[in-house]
Amino acid sequence: MGQITYAAALNRALAEAMREDPKVVVLGEDIGALGGIFTVTQGLLEEFGPARVFETPLSEACYVGCGTGLALCGWRPVVELMFTDFLMVAMDQVCNQAAKLRYMTGGQAKLPMTLRAPIGARNSAAAQHSQSPQAWFAHTPGLRVVMPATPADALGLLASAIECDDPVLVLEHKSHYGDKGPVPEGRHRVPLGKAEVKRSGKDVTIVGCSRMTLLALEAAEQLAAEGIEAEVVDLRSLNPLDREAIVGSVSRTRRAVVVDEGVLDFGITAEIAALVHGELFDELLAPVVRVGAVHAPIPFSPPLERAAVPQVADIVAAVRRCLGKKPADI
Amino acid sequence: MKPTEQQMKEMLRTMLTIRGFEQTACALYMDNWESGNFLGALHSYEGQEAVATGACACLRDDDYVFSTHRGHGHFIAKGGDVKAMFAELLGKEAGCSRGRGGSMHMFDPEKGLMGGNGIVGGGIPLALGPAFAANYRGTDQVTVSFFGEGASSQGVFHESLNLAALWDLPLIFVCENNRYAVGTPVSQGISVPNVSVRAAGYGCPGVTVDGDDPVAVYEAVSEAVAHARAGNGPSLVEAVTHRYSTHCMVMQEGREQSELDEMNEHDPIPRFEQYLQENGIISADEVQALKGEVSQLIEEAVAFGEDAPFPDPATVADGLWVS
Repeated sequence: MGQITYAAALNRALAEAMREDPKVVVLGEDIGALGGIFTVTQGLLEEFGPARVFETPLSEACYVGCGTGLALCGWRPVVELMFTDFLMVAMDQVCNQAAKLRYMTGGQAKLPMTLRAPIGARNSAAAQHSQSPQAWFAHTPGLRVVMPATPADALGLLASAIECDDPVLVLEHKSHYGDKGPVPEGRHRVPLGKAEVKRSGKDVTIVGCSRMTLLALEAAEQLAAEGIEAEVVDLRSLNPLDREAIVGSVSRTRRAVVVDEGVLDFGITAEIAALVHGELFDELLAPVVRVGAVHAPIPFSPPLERAAVPQVADIVAAVRRCLGKKPADI
Repeated sequence: MKPTEQQMKEMLRTMLTIRGFEQTACALYMDNWESGNFLGALHSYEGQEAVATGACACLRDDDYVFSTHRGHGHFIAKGGDVKAMFAELLGKEAGCSRGRGGSMHMFDPEKGLMGGNGIVGGGIPLALGPAFAANYRGTDQVTVSFFGEGASSQGVFHESLNLAALWDLPLIFVCENNRYAVGTPVSQGISVPNVSVRAAGYGCPGVTVDGDDPVAVYEAVSEAVAHARAGNGPSLVEAVTHRYSTHCMVMQEGREQSELDEMNEHDPIPRFEQYLQENGIISADEVQALKGEVSQLIEEAVAFGEDAPFPDPATVADGLWVS
C-alpha cells in the first residue's frame, strides 16, 4: 500500500469517480486553477475541463442549490464548500431542499449529491472558520454524514458518497489534509454507515470520529503504558450511525468514553451515551463519560483555542475517570 | 465635495498608518509562522488604503462602519486603537476583542466599528440595523457597509440593497473591487463589468471610482453621505483597487508574476504624496516627519501587543451571555 496524504486521497476519489462516470461533476469556489484552498481538486480542471469543473462565484446558497438541481435531474455533483462555516450560508438549500426532497416527493426524487466541507479548530482560524457542526447535520433527516479520520477512509468514504443516490455530507478535518497514511491500490470503498475498530482493547471503549479518533488512538497509546487497554471505535459515519458496532464494543469492555470536537451540549456524544445507557445499562461498570468542546464559539487566541476543544490529555483523563481512578491514583 | 487640505494631510497619515500596520503585521505573522505559531488567517489591506481612508474621512465619530475579513484598514481609518489591534492579532487579553476574535473579528462600538466578518457578505445585512435605527430615531447618522466585489454575488447583498432602497435607509454600500474573490478573477465571478451597475436594479445611485485615489473615493462617498443624511436613501460606491498580497498569508497565489509586478504602478501612497506636494499641500519635510510619527506609533503598538498577557485558558467559556 502506498502512503498518500488525506488531500491526495480525496483527490484520487474525485478523479476516479469522474473517469468512471461522466455524470460526476464538481462545483465550488476556487476549485479550478487554484485546485481548492486545501488542494483537493488539483488537476481536475486540466483533466476534465471547465464543462465538468464549475468554478462558482462566492454564493454558497446558489451553488449548493445548483448542485441539488443537477442531482435532481440525474447528475452526480460533488460540491465543495471552502469551510463548513460557509455551508451555513446555504442552510436552506441543504436542510430544507436537498435533505427533504426525496421524502416529500413520496420517493420520486433522487438526490445523488455529495457535499464536501472542512471542519475543525486549527491554527487560530477563529469563530467563523473553525466549527465542527456535525450534530446539526446528523440531526437533519435525509442527509447522510460521514467524517473520515485517515487517508484510506477519506478515499473510501468519498468514493462511496459519490456513488450513493442520497445527499451525503463529507466533513473533512482541516488538520488532516497534509497527513499521510497507507491507502490501498486499486478500487477501495468504505461502506457508509459502518464504524471501524481502529485499536482493540478490553478495559474501555473510546468512541470518536474524525480528528478525535486520532487523538483517541494517541490517548490509548499513553494509557497502554500504564496498563489500561483501550479499544478505539472510529464511527466514520454519523448518519446512519453504526449502533451495532458501538454496542458490540462496549458490551465487551463495559466502559465507554465518547469524544467529539463539536460542542458537548446536545451533541453527538449525548446521542451515543444515551444509546449505550439504553442498551447496556445493566452491564456497564460505570456511566459513559463524554468529552467535547466548550459551549462557546471557537476563540482566536491560541491558548483559548486549545482549551476550547478536546485534547489527548482530556481523553486520557476521561478514561481514568471512567475506570474510577481518582486524580490521586494517577 | 473635495476634502480640505487639513483633511488630506490626515488622510495621508491614515494611509501611512494602515501601510505600516499591515507590513508590520505581516512580518510578525511570518516570524510566528516560521516558529510554528499560527495567527489564524491574516488578510492584508496593503494596496487598498485609499478606499478605507477616503470613505472614513467622510464620516463622523457617531457614524457606523461594518467591515470585512480584510478589515484592518477600515478599523484604523475609523479611529480604532492600533495598540489594541496588535494585541488582538496576537491573541492577547488587551486586544480589541479580548483575543477572542483575532484579525477578522475586531470590534469597537465606541468608535462606530461594528466588527469585521469571517463570512463573505455576512456583514452587509447587519448594516441595515443602525441605518434603520437612525431613520427611526430621526438622527442624521449614516452607516457604511464595506464589502468586496465577491460579496456582490451573495444573495444578502441584493436583499440588503433592495431593503435599504425600499426604506430609504441612510446606508452607503462601499464595494472594494480588488478584482479577486480569494483567487477567482472578477471576470469569472460577476456577470457585469462593474458592480456599481447593480444599484440600478434597486433604484439607487451607483458609481464606480478609482479606488487607488483617496480624493476620488472621498468625493464619491461624501456625496453619498450627504444624500443619505438628507434622507434620500442609500448609494452604492464601487472603488476599483488592487490587493497587493495573496488572499491571506501563506496561501498560494494564482496570479501571474507579471501582474504582481505591476502593482507598484497602482500604489496609492506615493501617488497621493506626490499630489499633495505638487499642490503645495504638504512639504517633503512634513511627509518625512509624518512617516517618523507613524513608525513610532507602530513600534510602540507592537511592543504593547507583544508584552500583553494571553487570556487565561480557564476563561474559555466565559463571555457567552450578558449575565
